[in-house]
Amino acid sequence: MSIDESTARRVAKLARIKVEDADLPALAGEFNAILGFIEQLNEVDVDGVEPMTSVTPMRLKRRVDEVTDGGYQGKVLANAPDAREGFFAVPKVVE
Amino acid sequence: MSDLSKLTIAEARDKLRAGEVTSTELTQACLDEIEKADSLGAFVHKTPEIALKQAAAADARIQGGAENPMCGIPLGIKDLFCTQGVPSQAASAILDGFNPEYESTVTTQLWQAGAIMLGKLNMDEFAMGSSNETSTYGNAVNPWRRGNDDAALTPGGSSGGSASAVAADLCLAATGTDTGGSIRQPAAFTGITGLKPTYGRCSRWGIVAFASSLDQAGPMTKSVRDAAIMLRVMAGHDPKDSTSADLPVPDFEAAITGDIRGKTIGIPKEYRMEGMPAEIEKLWADGTDMLRDAGAKIVDISLPHTKYALPTYYVVAPAEASSNLARYDGVRFGHRASLSQGDGITEMYEKTRAEGFGAEVQRRVMIGTYVLSAGFYDAYYNRARKVRTLIKRDFDQVFSDGVDAILTPATPSAAFGLGEMANADPVQMYLNDVFTVTVNLAGLPGISVPAGLDGQGLPLGLQLIGRPWEEGDLLNIAHSLEDAAGFVAKPTVWW
Repeated sequence: MSIDESTARRVAKLARIKVEDADLPALAGEFNAILGFIEQLNEVDVDGVEPMTSVTPMRLKRRVDEVTDGGYQGKVLANAPDAREGFFAVPKVVE
Repeated sequence: MSDLSKLTIAEARDKLRAGEVTSTELTQACLDEIEKADSLGAFVHKTPEIALKQAAAADARIQGGAENPMCGIPLGIKDLFCTQGVPSQAASAILDGFNPEYESTVTTQLWQAGAIMLGKLNMDEFAMGSSNETSTYGNAVNPWRRGNDDAALTPGGSSGGSASAVAADLCLAATGTDTGGSIRQPAAFTGITGLKPTYGRCSRWGIVAFASSLDQAGPMTKSVRDAAIMLRVMAGHDPKDSTSADLPVPDFEAAITGDIRGKTIGIPKEYRMEGMPAEIEKLWADGTDMLRDAGAKIVDISLPHTKYALPTYYVVAPAEASSNLARYDGVRFGHRASLSQGDGITEMYEKTRAEGFGAEVQRRVMIGTYVLSAGFYDAYYNRARKVRTLIKRDFDQVFSDGVDAILTPATPSAAFGLGEMANADPVQMYLNDVFTVTVNLAGLPGISVPAGLDGQGLPLGLQLIGRPWEEGDLLNIAHSLEDAAGFVAKPTVWW
């Protein structure tokens, strides 16, 4: 599998990282080096093997569905680049 | 130089209890060393006011008969840990100015025990790297040099600042985190001890996430005993991390008996890599002899899927990172790019992430995005998770055959020069983790112990891998190795 410039552009878009057109060929080259390395996994016989979901066998704990914490609006907003009137502010989303 | 900052945790604990030294004196000695060591690039946010305040409180507690062995001990904290009111930015520009309103569970437990925070330590950006060269703060530098050559060497990564600070005696110990070797490789490069506990032993809550199924915090110390003392305080169940294990935390130090007679140590043939330097090969053989002489039984073992650990890691870790790092979008915290007329929210995301993430982080986020994308999920991500199952099964098999611990080299080389790998392709850098990454994939505890010097006078480490949840046993075997290796070399002060 070889990644071309248009695939690199699509991946950058999916990852929401702006990449200048001039940088796409180098990026595609790096992807190909890494994916080439990963291709080794195709040698392994994985028939009938379950994909790992948890490295230690444990059941997730359950608790009662109730509010146990909260009321930190000020703290939650304290690090925001732009917070107004108790909300996070962002550029216009809906036309 | 005052010698107080050179103490181990165990020595300092004994002196504090005997009233021979105060935590304030210890803390001041460390702060003085830190002030002289800016050229190491280890401490990136210094917190002397917090440290001295905590030290005064610790002194009062010790006078009142405090029993916790970490009480009054000055530490450095990796920048990956969120510390309330103190910048915590995972060495990334995207978290410029981030001041957490909360404290990580691990550091909370350390402060409750009475430990002292000297400041935050350098690292690779988001813990992605093996040389501490991807940090927004600039490089951390290894206190060790090759003979009389003054070329700056890497302290390893990602916990490079932690390793440099402990090796240079700027603190008594430091916290690290390890996703593929980020505690053990820098420990080996700087001649200190680094322990990655079993996955789930320490809470991940409040530690900036890289790859959640692999990340684990652990101690970086001047001795195996110190690792045991510090781990006990860092470990424990936390309801805020659903993957933290609800198991009792034993007294790990009490497990260090000095007796390893009858223990079975496995030597995995797959770790004998093509082109391994003769010095590493010899170190490994010497370490094997030391454990045999201490009464352990040595057996050859096979971990057949070892070769596939790195490619598996480089699917699983970027996949998880691409998901974890989606939160850095310029909305809730950290950097937001300045926008041009007409830019909408998508442009805000794209520009913010392009400006805020460094090259290696961008690369891994995009690789992760690719292997999770429609049409490739099965071919890459699911296949890697299946191979991960097989890698863990290899270890399960040898442990069920009666092996207590596995001895391997910690790294394929000694510390290399900063900048030496600049033109290598990314995969070359990834090979640094070849001996350590299997341990994360299998969720096991692993420890790097300094075991010798190479021909240029640089430290080399050996790794011991233990059974899950058996850190006590692992530390006991590591202590025997440490004892037999008798590593006492220190870097010559040039900083």
